[in-house]
Amino acid sequence: MTHTAPVTDWATDFDVMDPGYLKDPFTIWDQLRQSCPIPHTDRRKSSWMPLRYDDVTAIAHDIEHFSSLKVAVIPADEDEDPNENWDGPSLEYGLPPISADPPLHTWTRRLLLPWFSHKRVDSYVPLTRELCRSLLDGFADKGHADAAADYAQQIPVRVIARILGVSTDMADTFTEWVRDVLEFADDQERRQAGVEGLLYYFVDQLAQRKEHPGDDLLSELLHTEVEGKQVDDGIVLGMAALVLIAGVDTTWSGIGSALWHLASHEEDRKRLVAEPDLMPTAVEELLRAYSPVTMAREVTQDVEYAGCPMKAGDKVLMNFPAANRDPEAFENPDVVQLDRAHNRHVAFGSGIHRCAGSNLARMELQVALEEWLTRIPEFTLAEGEEITWAGGQVRGPRILPVVFP
Amino acid sequence: MKIRVDPDKCQGHARCYSLAPELFEVDDYGQSTVIVDEVPPELEDKARLAIANCPEYAIEIISE
Repeated sequence: MTHTAPVTDWATDFDVMDPGYLKDPFTIWDQLRQSCPIPHTDRRKSSWMPLRYDDVTAIAHDIEHFSSLKVAVIPADEDEDPNENWDGPSLEYGLPPISADPPLHTWTRRLLLPWFSHKRVDSYVPLTRELCRSLLDGFADKGHADAAADYAQQIPVRVIARILGVSTDMADTFTEWVRDVLEFADDQERRQAGVEGLLYYFVDQLAQRKEHPGDDLLSELLHTEVEGKQVDDGIVLGMAALVLIAGVDTTWSGIGSALWHLASHEEDRKRLVAEPDLMPTAVEELLRAYSPVTMAREVTQDVEYAGCPMKAGDKVLMNFPAANRDPEAFENPDVVQLDRAHNRHVAFGSGIHRCAGSNLARMELQVALEEWLTRIPEFTLAEGEEITWAGGQVRGPRILPVVFP
Repeated sequence: MKIRVDPDKCQGHARCYSLAPELFEVDDYGQSTVIVDEVPPELEDKARLAIANCPEYAIEIISE
């Protein structure tokens, strides 16, 4: 696979899966923002990667030239068909609304949004809190833990399973499928295994709910009518798969990065313990500084953007994490300020594709940090133990050894 | 101080609600609205915080 060759010129041949970039993309973004703020690569597929806040938000709002039909950062080898990335049983509509443009995007999004309204999300707080406490029970007395695998990774998948109405016993399997699709997408076999696992599982779950509807999201989608017609099974399948794929890796990565920050920045950790009222702005600041998610767009027609000759079919990697570190948009962007007042971060995107689950993600991050800091107010990175980071579509720590008294 | 949310710009980030729930309400579809006619003086800082956190530049000051 040629796209894994070492990078010598980041402006013309970048690679978001480069090992050095996975660990520290920040320095590379800083250099590129000054020399070439929209680098290009032909690895995998002709792709552009805007790094400045104004470019990322402008492109996110220009849905005429930049379609969401193909949102995968790592395309499948044969990226010709809109659904090729999610090849499997009847994903003829992709994963609406994330991989859809209006009008499909508009009405499928309206079906999902009430399930993630802040009122609905408030009702998920007790189960999230209880889940965090039981996870902490498992290691708080041991003096060490893997804050990513033992804690962060375990939370969102179980909350999302409850919302979907599927068994939390499947949490580890769900996690594996989602990682196959998002993190190991360069490995076509693994990616395919994840997609197939997910889709066959949901095909079966949907069939069960047609017979015996419950009060969960899947049942409601199956029994909803839009303009007098029942929603097509293929659309429901895509939406179900989307909720799982988008609701697991992303928030888990955000929780993991926040814990990495607090483990490695003693002053911020102490301050957040001493001043719990800072939590709302602190959560936004940690989301800004360690935004997990990059989404792709596809150029719909040849267009020149900021001097870049973008061709129809090119990918644009919407680097929201880099936009959130742009010094033109944020004062001292590389410094975490838990009480940052001016913070128009776009960790959840910008425009009509704003993350539909952002209220849920924000709640999970806040509750996970509150519970951890209550039980383990003092903790640091385990000296000499390696931390690993996933990246590409979703950035966050995957192994995060920490120690505490 | 009077403020309003431009419904055409609001995309439902709900940052205003999470930072200043005394001043904003968000419906099931993410649309935010201001729930006070006049921002009480003690909440003006919170109103400014919400304005400075809106990624869509959707909150406007109508009068200071």
